[in-house]
Amino acid sequence: MIAPIHISAEDLEEVVHLVRRQYGYDFGDYARASLQRRVIRCMQKAGCLTAFELKYQLTNDDRFFAWFIESLTVNVTEMFRDPAFYKELRNNVLPKLASYPILKIWHAGCSTGEEVFSMAILLHEAGLLNRARLYATDLNPANLERARQGIVPLQNMKEYTSNYIQSGGTNDFSSYYTARYENAIIHKEYRKNIVFATHNLATDQVFNEFQLVCCRNVLIYFNRELQNRVMTLFSNSLAPLGYLALGMKESLLFSEARDQFEVVSPAVRIYRSKL
Amino acid sequence: MTGCKVVAIGGSAGSIPVVAALLQALPANFPFAVFVVLHRLKNVTSSMDTILTSKGRGLVIGEPDDKEAILAQRVYLAPQNYHLLIEADRTISLDYSEPVHYSRPSIDVTFESIAMAYAGSAVAILLSGANQDGADGLLAIVRQGGVAIVQDPATAEYPVMPQAAINRNKNVVILTPEHIASFLHTLND
Repeated sequence: MIAPIHISAEDLEEVVHLVRRQYGYDFGDYARASLQRRVIRCMQKAGCLTAFELKYQLTNDDRFFAWFIESLTVNVTEMFRDPAFYKELRNNVLPKLASYPILKIWHAGCSTGEEVFSMAILLHEAGLLNRARLYATDLNPANLERARQGIVPLQNMKEYTSNYIQSGGTNDFSSYYTARYENAIIHKEYRKNIVFATHNLATDQVFNEFQLVCCRNVLIYFNRELQNRVMTLFSNSLAPLGYLALGMKESLLFSEARDQFEVVSPAVRIYRSKL
Repeated sequence: MTGCKVVAIGGSAGSIPVVAALLQALPANFPFAVFVVLHRLKNVTSSMDTILTSKGRGLVIGEPDDKEAILAQRVYLAPQNYHLLIEADRTISLDYSEPVHYSRPSIDVTFESIAMAYAGSAVAILLSGANQDGADGLLAIVRQGGVAIVQDPATAEYPVMPQAAINRNKNVVILTPEHIASFLHTLND
């Protein structure tokens, strides 16, 4: 039997080094187990049998790199993923945020935008959308391009509708989008206050002050050191008593920044910046 | 077998009673960590850890958080809607990438990661199920020198998954659930 495509830990470091030096993307502090799996997956898709072939392509072909970066990063997302989280936002976080004249929310690592659209729908239902500004950032320009279009595959809408209902939504979910052929487009009125921009959590800095930062299932791809740096970035990006939302299995417990936050909803991982 | 550091159990349709029986059969003070990867629904509230805990007489069973350190005498249940991977420093990394064999968590992903991190000190057990998940993972376990066990398809409620793994690997050990349980006892030595 042919040996499966593989990349050794040493070769992986060389690829990381090459990508940093030649293209400026820093994967040095990404968690190795998932990064290695992603790189192997890219090699399989591209037909690179050895690490040498991968490095050769990355060195000599910019278009290959553009494809590589899109395939390497995880671009999986859902609308109203973890309905319990959205229910908590709806019932306990948004009412507190309603007192701000302008509400600024940062979705860090927004992928193709599904969670931002979910947030916009929640804000609309809470009567807050008109005074909210949603900043949605990702390191992958191709993701942002898709997110700006507001298009979601129609085949997922059944599941998203079920998520929405479980999150406490009572409207007709289909009133938020128009279905055509294979796709659903989220109505423009729910997207007009969203600003999409590239931002790399590994290398970029604070750019605004927010009442809520959502960064769900992004930090899992980072090692602890980078997680600590990003948590400090979030802490510096939050207004006093601002909220931080992480993924359901992401914990501040392992972070050096834990003392700067208090736990608001332990089950759905919502934290609040201390004064 | 001596020097076992980790036992990974993968199951799908029809595997829960066997998983529960195997957890009950774990030797007292077992000196390794146990990972359980089950195919299950996402976006619904699950009490799988409670179900397994109640059957596992005082075992510490839980869904780990990302970056949690792996300890012996613990049972780690792969959380819904995440792949579970192991880092070289023996901490847990969760991953939300595409499903594998329509499954997240995927058994292949965890088994392959355990093979990388634990090599010859890993035991992987594949139980009843209705798809092909786990076959590649067991291959990785065998390649790295670990022990790969497959539930005898004749004893499985859904034989497709164990049979796929047997077809894919010559070097798997085929055992009935009772024999898997007695094998677990030898790991205490």
